[in-house]
Amino acid sequence: MLTRFANPARFMRASGALLPWLGVVAAVVLAIGLVWSLLLAPPDYQQGQSVRIMFIHVPSAWMALSAYLFIAVASAVALVWRHPLAEIAAQAAAPAGAAFTLVCLATGSLWGRPMWGAWWVWDARLTSVLVLFFLYLGYIALVNAFDDQSRGARAGSLLALVGVVNLPIIKFSVDWWNTLHQPASVLRFGGPSIDASMLIPLLIMALGFMLLFGWVLLLRMRTALNERKIRALRLYGQPAPRGATVAAPLPAASRT
Amino acid sequence: MGPFLGLLRRDLRLGLRQGGDIGLVLGFFVLAVLLFPFGVGPEPELLGRIAAGIIWVAALLAAVLSLDRLFAADYADGSLDLLALSAAPLELAVLAKAAAHWLTTGLPLSLLSPVLAVFLDLDPAAMPVLVLGLVIGTPALSLLGAIAAALSLGARRPGMLVMLLMLPLYLPPLIFGTGAVEAALAAQGARPHLLLLGAVTLAALPLAPLATAAALRQALD
Repeated sequence: MLTRFANPARFMRASGALLPWLGVVAAVVLAIGLVWSLLLAPPDYQQGQSVRIMFIHVPSAWMALSAYLFIAVASAVALVWRHPLAEIAAQAAAPAGAAFTLVCLATGSLWGRPMWGAWWVWDARLTSVLVLFFLYLGYIALVNAFDDQSRGARAGSLLALVGVVNLPIIKFSVDWWNTLHQPASVLRFGGPSIDASMLIPLLIMALGFMLLFGWVLLLRMRTALNERKIRALRLYGQPAPRGATVAAPLPAASRT
Repeated sequence: MGPFLGLLRRDLRLGLRQGGDIGLVLGFFVLAVLLFPFGVGPEPELLGRIAAGIIWVAALLAAVLSLDRLFAADYADGSLDLLALSAAPLELAVLAKAAAHWLTTGLPLSLLSPVLAVFLDLDPAAMPVLVLGLVIGTPALSLLGAIAAALSLGARRPGMLVMLLMLPLYLPPLIFGTGAVEAALAAQGARPHLLLLGAVTLAALPLAPLATAAALRQALD
């Protein structure tokens, strides 16, 4: 499957066919999830109605981590197998992942104010997610810091792999340190400790966020590939001037 | 003389010859630390409590200040290509350069820290822990910083980029270094913190040159 879509043209055709359907399905799932979680799910016995922030906060946290994992895996594929689309995929995912991290931090802050009485605490989970946000920003900054685009892409791949060590720290931070943030309730030994009436809408929202991420990813990848086509056309597609013979080779341009 | 020692000697000689560089780093360190009493007020109890944090953050910033020049000069005049082509592994060259960087940056900072701790009213009982922590932790700063320096070779704003890239990686030494001094101030054992700090440095010792050499090879392509 990876090698099949290494051909950019085939990828463009497949993603072009898939994209509208993915968008519709994502919108439908998100609509169902939002209605269920914000209106139908029961209020928490301790937190009351404010527990509903969880249905945005937790899926965006999951997506923030998954997006970085996606970037790390894509970077590894780019470095090891030199897959032509791997770097494009990683760069396309980065702003989406950063946005999910920002949403996670903001909704967490909004949730923390009524629950803990503080907009922000420097506990292990919040600090490591903030660090993840800066990892995303660093990755985006590094990729865009070079005039030579491929140099930026390769440097970014390396940086993504160096930063992946933060992911287990985030996941297990609530276990390793005495933190204010609550420990794992879903992905833990012994099964989820959250009731099914809240777990189901949570999982639906998580699915919706994943589909949204996939839609944004494909959209950005298609845009990136179109940008490269335009750049290549600008460089190499100039028609020869009338009456002149094309004797000299085209000037070497920066690799796209 | 082996390749490691030869390269170390060369870099040390270059660094010491331009004495202004070391002076600049130390001067920045001292000035950054001395700004804080003006900022937060001169009460000794307050300063004494945050002294370790101020000194560590200033050491971090001073280390980052000199990092982007770690490979830039050699990259510009072609010596880096020769190092990459030589028989000795590039990782060894990275280790030598990081060692030279530490000897001209981290070590002087660590040795200067007691003087600054006096300015910040740090409890004298905690000063050995501060110095020991800096001596153990600053090699990690040089090693991890080398990764960022290599990644940003040829970038448009290498200095700022190194700072942004290094922020997440520098947090463990910072946390453990200041944690050790806090533990010493509270008369609890500073040993666990110092051991973890040593663990970070020892982990960076093989891993950072690997990543740095990979980044350098990318830059030289």
